[in-house]
Amino acid sequence: MATIHDVIAPFQLFQPTNLDDALDLLDEHGEAAMVIAGGMDSLDWLKDRLRQPQVVVELSQVSELRGIREVDGGLEIGAMTTLTEVAEHPAVIDRFKILSDAAALVASPQIRNQGTLGGNISQDTRCTYYRRGWACYRAGGNTCYADTPTAINREHAILEASRCVAVNPSDTAPALIALDAEMVIRRGGRERVVEADDYFVGPDTDIRHLNVLEPRDLLTTIRIPATWAGARFYFEKVRDRMVWDFPLVNVASAVRESGGRIVDARVVVGAVAARPLRLRAVERAVTGQALDEATAERAGEIAIRGNRPLRYNGYKVPLMRNLVRRAVRGGMGASNA
Amino acid sequence: MGDTRLVGQNYTTPDLHAKVTGRSKYAEDFRVDGMLFAKLLLSPFPHARVRSVDTSAAEAMPGVRAILRASELPEPADTVTDLGETIRANPLSERALTDEPVYAGEPVLAVAAVDEETAAAAIEAIRIDFEPLEFVVDPLVSLRPGGPNPREQGNSWGRPAGNPTGPLVVQRLEWSEADWSEYAEGRLPAGTPQAQWSYGDVEAGFAAATLVLDETFSTPNTQHHVLEPRSALAYWRDGKLYMHAGTQSAVQTVASIARWMRLDVSEVVLLTEYTGGGFGSRATGAVIYTIPALLARKTNAPVMMRITREEEQYIGGIRPGVHGRVKAGFASDGRLVALDVFTLGENHAYEAQGDAISSGRIISLLYQPQAMRFRGATVLTNTPPRRAQSQPGGLQGVMLMEPVMSKAARQLGIDQVEIRRINAPAGKAKFGPPAGNGELQYSTSSFMREALARGSEMFDWETRKARSGQRQGSKVRGAGVAVSSFVGGSVGFDGLFVIRPDGRMYVQSGVGNLGTESYSDVHRVAAEMMGMPWEKVAIIWGDTSQHLPWTCVSGGSQTTHAMSRAAHAAASDAIAKAKEIAARTLGGNAASYRVANERVSDGTRTMTLAEVARRAIALGGKYDGHELPTNINRVTTVAASALAGRGLMGVARDDYGRDGGTFSFVAGFAEVEVDVETGQYQVLDYMAVGDSGTIIHPRAYGGQVLGRGVLGMGHALAQKTVYDQHYGLPVATRLYQSRPPTILDVPRNMKWEAVNLPDPETPVGARGIGEAPVGAGASAILNALAAALGDDVIRRAPATLDNLLMALEHGRPMQEPLTAHI
Repeated sequence: MATIHDVIAPFQLFQPTNLDDALDLLDEHGEAAMVIAGGMDSLDWLKDRLRQPQVVVELSQVSELRGIREVDGGLEIGAMTTLTEVAEHPAVIDRFKILSDAAALVASPQIRNQGTLGGNISQDTRCTYYRRGWACYRAGGNTCYADTPTAINREHAILEASRCVAVNPSDTAPALIALDAEMVIRRGGRERVVEADDYFVGPDTDIRHLNVLEPRDLLTTIRIPATWAGARFYFEKVRDRMVWDFPLVNVASAVRESGGRIVDARVVVGAVAARPLRLRAVERAVTGQALDEATAERAGEIAIRGNRPLRYNGYKVPLMRNLVRRAVRGGMGASNA
Repeated sequence: MGDTRLVGQNYTTPDLHAKVTGRSKYAEDFRVDGMLFAKLLLSPFPHARVRSVDTSAAEAMPGVRAILRASELPEPADTVTDLGETIRANPLSERALTDEPVYAGEPVLAVAAVDEETAAAAIEAIRIDFEPLEFVVDPLVSLRPGGPNPREQGNSWGRPAGNPTGPLVVQRLEWSEADWSEYAEGRLPAGTPQAQWSYGDVEAGFAAATLVLDETFSTPNTQHHVLEPRSALAYWRDGKLYMHAGTQSAVQTVASIARWMRLDVSEVVLLTEYTGGGFGSRATGAVIYTIPALLARKTNAPVMMRITREEEQYIGGIRPGVHGRVKAGFASDGRLVALDVFTLGENHAYEAQGDAISSGRIISLLYQPQAMRFRGATVLTNTPPRRAQSQPGGLQGVMLMEPVMSKAARQLGIDQVEIRRINAPAGKAKFGPPAGNGELQYSTSSFMREALARGSEMFDWETRKARSGQRQGSKVRGAGVAVSSFVGGSVGFDGLFVIRPDGRMYVQSGVGNLGTESYSDVHRVAAEMMGMPWEKVAIIWGDTSQHLPWTCVSGGSQTTHAMSRAAHAAASDAIAKAKEIAARTLGGNAASYRVANERVSDGTRTMTLAEVARRAIALGGKYDGHELPTNINRVTTVAASALAGRGLMGVARDDYGRDGGTFSFVAGFAEVEVDVETGQYQVLDYMAVGDSGTIIHPRAYGGQVLGRGVLGMGHALAQKTVYDQHYGLPVATRLYQSRPPTILDVPRNMKWEAVNLPDPETPVGARGIGEAPVGAGASAILNALAAALGDDVIRRAPATLDNLLMALEHGRPMQEPLTAHI
């Protein structure tokens, strides 16, 4: 049968006005339902006709899922809060600047006005082969088209690849991991809370999905604890254009220092693997060390250990190394923050 | 010219309010009762033959009205070039549909249904079986001994050995093993060319040169990405085909549609008030427009074909990437004494797009080498159609030469502006290829040096140069300058207007309204000459049933030059007639009368132009268009005849002389800041100075100088096509994936300036400016990067950060210089 793109196939549309109704709909329709938050990822799947759900549950009318609330010195951010709202919120800017920096660098102003924080962290990979409908591992097939001698894999993984070499394209995910955020997931009447670092999964765990969400699940809230409020932060996104681009590599860090020494640190790198990588070895190595150039240099070297570049993405190795150096240096060196 | 100053002034164009308020209607905004919608089935293979199609399930679906196959298309028709030359139909030319698709994404068949959802579902219900055929997406892969062919007949257009004057055919071009000896070092093989020319003693020039460089560079394939895709609405009424579609020429597109549809031009009405960009990709419309026309005939209903952004990426057109190898010899003062250029152009598997071959002409004009040899070849591949894109061939020529000029200046210790000034064309500058008599051609005028001087001052070149290459933290700045040139106008078209007894001037404009505003701007010349206040001038445009004259296509920067001349000719005609009418009516000698301020007067005796219009109707004959000049185009004769008897008619062909070829010039200046730890860079500032004669409409002019500059910047920054060579399939199919430049990628406060010296070979003094700014934008940025990072970092464009970072990391270029579409 022939294929065609750019015409959305018919579906039944539900636009619930409260969270309970939304959860009921997801429960009722299970795997037949597709959830749309801002639609910035979902609409491409629909336009490409690669996903033709019978039911779409669209969440823009659920006001409980929007907004940023102060909780015990931390924040609770509704999953449907737009990226513009996150980027411009005074409390986020004041206490958790890496998150506002990350949100402000997502895609374009138009996409940030429509795209949501929940959507940005839960979006699927942008591997061009997979998104084109090639029957790869991630799509349920038995090969990876991006890891062949002729493949165009400039934007693919240098770490933790396992059959699939796709990367997670989120800009806000590394920032949330660095802030020790928690994801609140609802299914029917039940709620579970997952640490941000555990929300994302690599192909060795689940080659079909980038996160732990299952049918009927709904990410409702992102909790940011007070832990890192006001820490020394660094976020940087490197991309081909100044706007409307996914990261080639991004980095987020939170560092506590005392008397010139690093007391505690979080360093997370995005777009180098199928999940944002929290670099625990780097964090261990720099903790207790002087906050200086030598520590930053060493952090960069440790960060890229075990890298396995493909034909066109070797540049990600020095890029990741240099970004991790900067992230550890924090405010010391150049910054786009 | 007249007392009412219009030329050189800003004004509100007739389409502006509609455009900014959204009331302007483009082709796909129209709705007609009973309208059906068409969707396309695209080839999933780079090259294949349709073995069988089963449409029974699709045809049985409710709401499906017709399926159109390639076999139902009219046979390939003749084409007409920008200059009106007819080229005989080519049996291997591009058509609207095909049963042998030669690129992935090529339309194979079309479905008409009551709505797009039904049409799309019908396409998914069609069983189609393809026989995959040999394919290739990289020209150098095809040229290798034994390399694959994009068509069964071969990989290039040429004349068979036994028939040097016969029609072009597709044949095999192959370069021998020996030609590839330097390929591994990143040098473009220079095998058997398809075209070559030379002048001067090139070898002697190299022997005498102080510095000889041998550089290979590759320019990107870039899609046009017009804002309005190739959507079209068609219906038949009273035996005529009515079509709503975007185009770069209202008048000449009627002929194209008639040719493609096998109709007489009198049987086609084109409605094209607004067009969302063309950039050369739809000079006279697009052959795909015939699909709704044929489906409308087949279903006896109006048919709307909305082309999607992805479809536009396949059928809309791509500027061909060109690989170039430039050997250049310089004297110690920076003068280019010898130049040897070899270009290899990428092409789709239909007609050859001439960029690679035509690049030599602009190189010769722009850098004035004392001796030059040019060789070039164009190779077909299974990739989407290459079409002319703003400054076709010129942009690639500039991008191939500019890195060489920059490197030479650095090695010789000469300022970058100075080396371009030394080699700049001036006045009637000569250029190759030599004509049949062996003589070089020459330009009508060039004020390139003035443009460089003005830009250098306005950009504060010396200050920026001084901080070039200096590092602060991880950031290093670079300032670059680039020169650029392209054709700036054609001649020989017609002007037509009527001043009616209501005292108003009705101008018939056949120019396509593709966003440049030339459809209105050029007529300011006639209004000024007639002493007409602009408020009393009505522009009739965009509907070919409204009697439009023979007009150039708005491609190749022709319009401002060609149609300001035609407007001047028509106004001169009307002035002469008005003076005669005044003399006949009021007495005295026609020569003593003057037209100004809506009147014709000899100082004592005066008639208003409204009175002249009434008298013209009474007198008839030539005055009101009942008798027409014999040298105007047939199209103009038909249009003017329909308008006869309505008032004083100005109608004339541009028969003004012109000594030389018309070219425009631009000097572009850019400053960048590179982060050497990431390779990411930002364009901090840009300015460009145009030399294209007298400025008719400054605001539109500035829009072109900077807007086209941004189009050029895309070629430096990130825009490209991406293919997986093993499958021959594109892997960047969404707009964002091809990375055209956005407004946030370019400096916020870019400035422009114009030399504003009249061209001596045209009565109005104005040349076109749509093309020359492109190369300036692209190369000023690449040169600024080289100033920041040094030579030999950038070997192909776009200069993306991965390649910059790897070169910085390893101290030498690390990218694959010659692999296509990566």
